[in-house]
Amino acid sequence: MFSFVARRLAQSLGVLVLMSLLVFAGVYAVGNPMDILINPQSDQNEIARATAALGLDRPLAEQYFFFLRDAATGHLGRSFAYNLPAIGLILERMPATLELATAAMLISLVLGIPLGLWAGVAPRSAAGRTITVGSILGFSLPTFWVGLMLIMVFSVGLGWLPTSGRGPTTNFAGIPVSFLSIEGLRHLALPAANLALFNLSLIARLARSGAREAMRQDYVRFARAKGLSERRVVGVHVLRNVLVPVATVAGVEFGSVIAFAVVTESIFAWPGMGKLLIDSIGVLDRPVIVAYLCIVVVMFVVINLAVDLLASWLDPRIRLGADA
Amino acid sequence: MRRALRILVAGSILWATLTHAADLRVGLAADVTSMDPHFLDLQPNVNIGWHVFDALTHVDEDSRLIPGLAASWRALDATTWEFRLRRGVRFHDGSELTAEDVVFSIERTLQVPAGQFRPFSQRIVAKEIPDPYTIRLRTAVPYAMVPYDLDSVFIVSKTAAAGARSEDFDSGKAMIGTGPFRFVRFARGDRVELARNHSYWGGAPPWDRVTFRIVPTDPARLAGLLSGDLDLIEQVPTADLPRIRRDAKIETAQKVSWRTIFFHLDQRERAPGITDKAGKPLARNPFRDVRVRHALSMAIDRQTIAGRLMDGAALPASNLVSPPVFGYAPDLKPDPYDPEGAKRLLAEAGYTDGFAMTLSATSNRYVNDEQIAQAVAQMFARVGVRARVEAFPVNVYLPRGARGELAFAMLGWGSFSADLALRSLVATADAKKGFGAFNWSGYSNPKVDELLERAFATVDEKARETLAREAMRTAMRDVAVIPLHHQVTTWAMRRPLAYAPRTDEFTFAHHVRPR
Repeated sequence: MFSFVARRLAQSLGVLVLMSLLVFAGVYAVGNPMDILINPQSDQNEIARATAALGLDRPLAEQYFFFLRDAATGHLGRSFAYNLPAIGLILERMPATLELATAAMLISLVLGIPLGLWAGVAPRSAAGRTITVGSILGFSLPTFWVGLMLIMVFSVGLGWLPTSGRGPTTNFAGIPVSFLSIEGLRHLALPAANLALFNLSLIARLARSGAREAMRQDYVRFARAKGLSERRVVGVHVLRNVLVPVATVAGVEFGSVIAFAVVTESIFAWPGMGKLLIDSIGVLDRPVIVAYLCIVVVMFVVINLAVDLLASWLDPRIRLGADA
Repeated sequence: MRRALRILVAGSILWATLTHAADLRVGLAADVTSMDPHFLDLQPNVNIGWHVFDALTHVDEDSRLIPGLAASWRALDATTWEFRLRRGVRFHDGSELTAEDVVFSIERTLQVPAGQFRPFSQRIVAKEIPDPYTIRLRTAVPYAMVPYDLDSVFIVSKTAAAGARSEDFDSGKAMIGTGPFRFVRFARGDRVELARNHSYWGGAPPWDRVTFRIVPTDPARLAGLLSGDLDLIEQVPTADLPRIRRDAKIETAQKVSWRTIFFHLDQRERAPGITDKAGKPLARNPFRDVRVRHALSMAIDRQTIAGRLMDGAALPASNLVSPPVFGYAPDLKPDPYDPEGAKRLLAEAGYTDGFAMTLSATSNRYVNDEQIAQAVAQMFARVGVRARVEAFPVNVYLPRGARGELAFAMLGWGSFSADLALRSLVATADAKKGFGAFNWSGYSNPKVDELLERAFATVDEKARETLAREAMRTAMRDVAVIPLHHQVTTWAMRRPLAYAPRTDEFTFAHHVRPR
């Protein structure tokens, strides 16, 4: 297991270097960030001076070399737009995104698994059909539109919840979070629901098909024959088998929830790091773009590692290492 | 009992109106990146700066220069400006504003790494302080724009900002100004909170607390206003104007912006991508012929674009600056829509069959930019010029324009004065003089250059405005660029609030009245 983890981490270092090179060259090819950020009253000398001050007049290879040299000491550069270290800027915005993604994932799991089980155990019932049809809607409606509808109904129409923003935060172990205050939770509710919708549907469908398959298996029949209650059969034996694919998908999806949070963050003006990335791409703020993608790569590696370890724990037949 | 109840009800109503009247929540349309007033010259950053800080000179709602921290100023000679400070102005920490703070602030604009306010201070070569309330500033050559440039230099406290980095402004440590509001909190990407400065020299503002919420998504900002989360929003999308006007709870305020939308036409020997209709490159660049430039201007139906596409939130343009701005030439009139005349002019110039070109525009910068480009392309088709529209996000567009890759390109520009706008956009590109930094057209007219040089060297405002107008007339009659329209900015607020709308598009909480 140790060699498995070590090999994974070494691979991810290679991915990091390759990714940073691609992003570097890509942003370089688009153009000079100073053409966008510059004060329009500047003259040619000022533009040239500002470009040189950030080292943007150097050849690409030289710029990349300087980046690697600084990266080795843990510095990923200073943002052109915020005048702050890029890493600090992203870490400052990360709690907001992680909180939103975690809330969305919790909603998806806590509602999705039981709904899916229900639909899988009783596929022909009215409830089962409703869940199945509902999950198709949840899949196919665009997040952007659903978000606006949620705002129109719950904020503008009913006036129950705030339209946007993060609201007041409470410090929890030094990290600002929303979920510890009523006002914070009210701000979190709509964006989390909006972000959860897709995965809620996905997990419900996964759990449903997993449960339908399991119900036909011999061990379920034996369990029933043994006289176990239906509740124990579904709640323990079926559930355990359903959880393996759900855990794998939920883990991978957690990464994409963080990545796709950007749409929800934009609609609800949620100050997360996805919004930071979009703003940074908008002004070619290369240090932030590169640092963000580095952090996301690391995050995906860690999540995938955790999912593999979790899967082997849930199902001892899965072996780590050999050809992973 | 009944009386007690009445008092209670009256009291709670009074309390409700009082708390309501004292808090203001404003929805900003773009992200504020830094609190450092000498870092980036971006509209949202400067907007917050104007609440906490002040400058020696201000501009009024029409973008005309008025006294700020300097009660008066005059040119002692062609290269020396003297500013007299208002007496008794205090910083938020209680210390008094002196000339030392002014000199420190001017110097800081030159020192902030990657700071963008150098263009406003780099021409000042010497600073003198004859007494604590007087500053004399010298320039190397006669330069009339010193009082204008200083409108962009925020005055910070020397004690609070000595050695401060941008981080110290973000945290509030160095956010000590003389402005109408004290800094409370900056939550990046989310909000900026401010509190009333009771001893503001211009009179205490009507709001105890002001929260600027950053809500760049248009529908979300509007929803915030409709639901009562926000009291006032800026940059109302034009498509929502009819709907908002019907809402009895909402009031709007509009004003012509200093942002003028125009088209650059590449007038160098060769312009990229101009061909005949079969796709064969043309022998000469048609844009070098003033008849072709004039014909294209006449082919644009500005009234229809302003009325239909912009829902009235645009003013057809004849100048590169909007009507209230210094140096606007009122005798110029927008070219009337005349497709037949345009065809005649094109035929005269030898383009009976027209030609084909690419019309470039931004897709996310100016109001309805991409739709405007489509509309203009269709209007060109009616006079026989085939324009293929390509729209890019601004991060791709501006670098391409700067590299000279766009033949016919939309751009928007806001300026304090006509001579400034012409200097950047139309003057012959010359790095030594700092002329023509954004002259994508490659336009060059010695007469315009000469008029501009004379304007910048003329410290008498009346004489300078005459020169600036003459330069504007000369460039526009030569169709150096094709002006399209001046945007009209819309603010929307919950009644009974009132806002005095501004040409410079800023949203000032201290100018929002509870009424």
